[in-house]
Amino acid sequence: MSPITESPAPARSAKRTAAASSTPTGPKESPLSRISAMTVMLVFTLYFLVPIWWLFVAGTKSSSQFTSTNPLWFADFNLIQNITNLVAYRDGVFLKWMLNSALYAGAGALLATLFAGMTGYALAKYRFPGRELLFNIVLGGVLVPATALALPLFLIFSQVSLTNTFWAVFLPSLVSPFGVYLTRIFAAASVPDELIEAARLDGAGEVRTFFTVSVRLMFPALVTVFLFQFVAIWNNFFLPLIMLRDEALFPVTLGLYAWNSQVNQIPELRGYVLIGALLSIIPLIVLFLLLQRFWRSGLGAGSVK
Amino acid sequence: MSAPVVLATAARSAALGRPGQRSRKIRVEHPTAIVIFIVPFAVLFTLFYLVPIGYAVYQSLLVIEREGTFGKATEVFGGLTQYILVFQNGPFWASIGRVLSFGVVQVPVMLGLALIFALLLDSPLLRGKRFFRLAFFVPYAVPGVIAAIMWGFLYSPNLSPFTALTSNVSFLSADLVLWAIANVVTWVYVGYNMLIIYSALLAIPTEIYEAARLDGAGQLRIAWSIKIPLIMPAIVLTGIFSIIGTLQLLAEPQVFRSFSSAVTSTFTPNLMVYSTSAIPNVNLAAAFSVVLALATFVLSFSFLKFTQRKEGK
Repeated sequence: MSPITESPAPARSAKRTAAASSTPTGPKESPLSRISAMTVMLVFTLYFLVPIWWLFVAGTKSSSQFTSTNPLWFADFNLIQNITNLVAYRDGVFLKWMLNSALYAGAGALLATLFAGMTGYALAKYRFPGRELLFNIVLGGVLVPATALALPLFLIFSQVSLTNTFWAVFLPSLVSPFGVYLTRIFAAASVPDELIEAARLDGAGEVRTFFTVSVRLMFPALVTVFLFQFVAIWNNFFLPLIMLRDEALFPVTLGLYAWNSQVNQIPELRGYVLIGALLSIIPLIVLFLLLQRFWRSGLGAGSVK
Repeated sequence: MSAPVVLATAARSAALGRPGQRSRKIRVEHPTAIVIFIVPFAVLFTLFYLVPIGYAVYQSLLVIEREGTFGKATEVFGGLTQYILVFQNGPFWASIGRVLSFGVVQVPVMLGLALIFALLLDSPLLRGKRFFRLAFFVPYAVPGVIAAIMWGFLYSPNLSPFTALTSNVSFLSADLVLWAIANVVTWVYVGYNMLIIYSALLAIPTEIYEAARLDGAGQLRIAWSIKIPLIMPAIVLTGIFSIIGTLQLLAEPQVFRSFSSAVTSTFTPNLMVYSTSAIPNVNLAAAFSVVLALATFVLSFSFLKFTQRKEGK
């Protein structure tokens, strides 16, 4: 994971895509290899999509039809009714969980991206003593798994009586060592020193230069960091599991987990878990679709050597 | 002057509530800007990474002593006592062994599939690339907990759409449940790893392949001799993240406990940390965490070094 000196991936991948679509396919590819390639991909498409299809179909059924009808095809279409029931259940606690997740992940990832971006930029564009050491410590942080930190974080937060609060889950989410790594690489490659010099000559301060000029050039990397962090927080399980007791503070993952572990005592929860699981997937899919372009180009930057 | 100095300066100026204004001057250009840029991250990194690691190490060095059987409990320095307990703890090593055998199978399968899909997406053999890219990536939008709940239903003989299969093979039995979980993890992460590798492939300029084509090399040959060596860094990156993920398995087995009695509270190392801290035996749980974090670090670091050396040859 040495610092990268190559030009940023997005420009090249754009060129590449254009080239690929204009070049006709060569004579080398036999129909046999085309067919086998398509077969492999289609079989795995089933593997990836059938479970989600099943979840969608299950979400449209009433509980009586759930076990009595074909699991992979629709019966009476009860989707709206199921969603209404889920939202009404226990004073709308499910909506509360969705909002909590959106807040933990949205605000958390936004701030984490800002902080990581500023640090990555400073590491790439300024010289100061201890810069490499700082970067190496942060790189070490990339290798420290979040779950290993959860227990000591819980112990520390209980010392200051902050467990079972919003902050116990929110504050630790603001740190993204991987974001620093990625933005440093990206800033080094895509923010020209000459441009910063030009901004200086125009009388802009360093901070203003960063926010008006550099941030735009670093945008693909920043979107990537945001998405990485958003997904990491949205999916985070151990930290909320260990920190939170109050149901009103749960993110949606923890809430559905709690319901799922009570299915044996309260069988009606099974339907709520299924429809809740279906609804909880939608925000991330929408986010991926909206930010797909940036997300992919930024991913490449992190892995180029 | 070193990073701790920067971090200390950062912490101090944050404590003053005026980041960057009165920090000690290091003779560099634009010191104020540097401090403003670095302080927020440095403070948070210190508080939520460095301090917890330090605190876990500290807690792991303590033992609880009681005066008599029911006497007052006090924490005293116990040296490596907890670590001796860790090394004597059979279930902990069994759980490490379990995730290692999981990783030895699951990580190569997952990355192998991701590599094949990425190479196919990058080859001229496929139609509908956008569709496949999206379809394979969709499971990544499903959080581990939710994916585990879903597959838990899919594996259950009475609920599954594949009753013909699930009534004959009990995926939730003690023999198979580890691999049932491996399938869930693979299902979620293949598309993600595929995209990382695919992005690396896109970054290779097409001109590189032209000479090989003129020499008559087919897609397979180009993939093996040109593409794979060039995207090795991306594969290494996905490998490291997968190793970290494997040793940290928690959400999926935790969910599967409600579907299968074969998943015990000591099934994976992280489940052990969780159940030990819930007893509560905080000091032993801290020692487990430290050993686990060290193991993760050593394993991913040596994987990195190993692959770098191989590349150099």
